[in-house]
Amino acid sequence: MSTTDAAEESSSSASTLRRGGRRFGDSLFSVLSIGSGLLIFLTLAAVAIFLTNESVPALLASEELAGFLSNAEPDFSLISYTAPYIFGTILAAALALAMAIPVSLGIALFISHYAPRRMAAGLGYMIDLLAAVPSVVYGLWGGIWLVPKLEPLYTLLNETLGTFPTWPGFVPWVGGEPVVALFAGDPTAPMNNLASASIVLAVMVLPIITAVSREVFLQTPRLQEEAALALGATRFEVVKTVVLPFGRSGVVAASMLGLGRALGETMAVLMILAPGATFSFHILEVGRHQSIAANIASRQAEASGVDMSLLIFTGLVLFVLTFIINAIARWIVARSGVKS
Amino acid sequence: MAAPQPINVDSLNIYYGDFLAVEDVTVQIEPRSVTALIGPSGCGKSTFLRTLNRMHEVIPGAYAEGTVEIDGENIYHPKVDPVNVRRRVGMVFQKANPFPTMSIRDNVLAGVKLNNRRISKKDADELVETSLKGANLWEEVKDRLDKPGMGLSGGQQQRLCIARTIAVRPEVVLMDEPCSALDPISTLAIEDLIHELKESYTIVIVTHNMQQASRVSDRTGFFNIAGTGKPGHLIEFDDTQKMFTNPENKQTEDYISGRFG
Repeated sequence: MSTTDAAEESSSSASTLRRGGRRFGDSLFSVLSIGSGLLIFLTLAAVAIFLTNESVPALLASEELAGFLSNAEPDFSLISYTAPYIFGTILAAALALAMAIPVSLGIALFISHYAPRRMAAGLGYMIDLLAAVPSVVYGLWGGIWLVPKLEPLYTLLNETLGTFPTWPGFVPWVGGEPVVALFAGDPTAPMNNLASASIVLAVMVLPIITAVSREVFLQTPRLQEEAALALGATRFEVVKTVVLPFGRSGVVAASMLGLGRALGETMAVLMILAPGATFSFHILEVGRHQSIAANIASRQAEASGVDMSLLIFTGLVLFVLTFIINAIARWIVARSGVKS
Repeated sequence: MAAPQPINVDSLNIYYGDFLAVEDVTVQIEPRSVTALIGPSGCGKSTFLRTLNRMHEVIPGAYAEGTVEIDGENIYHPKVDPVNVRRRVGMVFQKANPFPTMSIRDNVLAGVKLNNRRISKKDADELVETSLKGANLWEEVKDRLDKPGMGLSGGQQQRLCIARTIAVRPEVVLMDEPCSALDPISTLAIEDLIHELKESYTIVIVTHNMQQASRVSDRTGFFNIAGTGKPGHLIEFDDTQKMFTNPENKQTEDYISGRFG
């Protein structure tokens, strides 16, 4: 360093070099960027504090939650109110992911490794467009167009697979039904059931998972793919031995992003799902499920006092839920990260 | 196995899209020997090497015209599956590229498992040992076969890649500047290995290092281009001894004596 300094000093005028301290632009930029970073932290803290603070009345008044949400039920409590919505939220999100992940991976692999270059670009663009469609539009489309179309499929599933799968159902604290039979029960039209909501949710999370997975797959080192090809791998074997192992943590991260969206998605669920508050695994039955987010949206306009506090408490639960899922995702990504 | 036959390349033109990269190569590569390809950067020697196992065409738009006969069979015949060609003609790359998610053992077995062959644990153990011994790596890694291949040094990784290549028992091994990222000691280890490998395999090696070409090869081919954007040509192909002492062509002489390149 000292030699270059000396060289600079001799080649440029001494006065520029001697001007000590940091340049104004540098300090301004560093203040701005630190400030932006802090802002994120502050916003998150503000949300957390608001949620906790406002739920206190409901937490303290757990014996006498005598608002209209309690519906004058005898054993009404914070837990008995929130638990079915947690159940509904997780079930809907899980179903959506189960449908979206395989399709997303297929599309992502097609774009990154199978499609001709021009087609891949067009397809990628369309996926991004799909991500930009507002959820209220999905809600309209799902509720008005898709739901009636699904009716024959549901009837068929109900008739043929009505007893599948038949392992014992289990919901902590509350019991639940003796058997998990997803397609059992008594579906009635219009099919504004959890299955319909999950399908629309799947369409909504598909672009995120696809876009992130595609990026990861495209980053597979060329040299690794060529190594497999030179050993006589077919295209599928290249994907299996090189691309998927390389992209595994990225796919997990992508799925968790999708899960985050599915958990918090409000509008589409609100517009499609006929709500109910049970622990039913019968996803074809109407009026059995509701998600936390859609419940808050549908009730908050009429709520006040302890009811409002109760709704905010469910919001806190959702906040914590997404927090935990993000933490798990980060842990998985860190653990399975490719060392190179 | 029948007596090994030479690789016959006949009027091969190699393209990247519309661009003719290498023009009209006709050459016969002797079996069970080392053939070195030398020439300045961009002359098409690596491109030519990659046509010998149809790896050239994995680049979008790239293709080759002409015939390459290996074991009497034209690998560019329309009915030939490039996947099968690559199982017979192995390749070692410029940078060592073991599979990062696999152990040393799994790296050696990767090709065998790809080719859909079921292999018993005992056979697999034997194959791992013979392949690693064949690549002069066994003594260094025998106690840590389950450790990741990426944990080895650069030279060891390159020998692991050679072990992986010979584990599928190819007829030909192509090497694309296999020592260019290695230190002199590791380079020497690979060169010694090449000497041993030519007992069982036909080896074609691209190298930027003319000393290396003269050390390891029996025959040498010199590629050159007339200028940027012009196709590369195989200028001269002869015994290494003759190429480095008394080349026929002026361009070869200039390149070898260090007047350009």
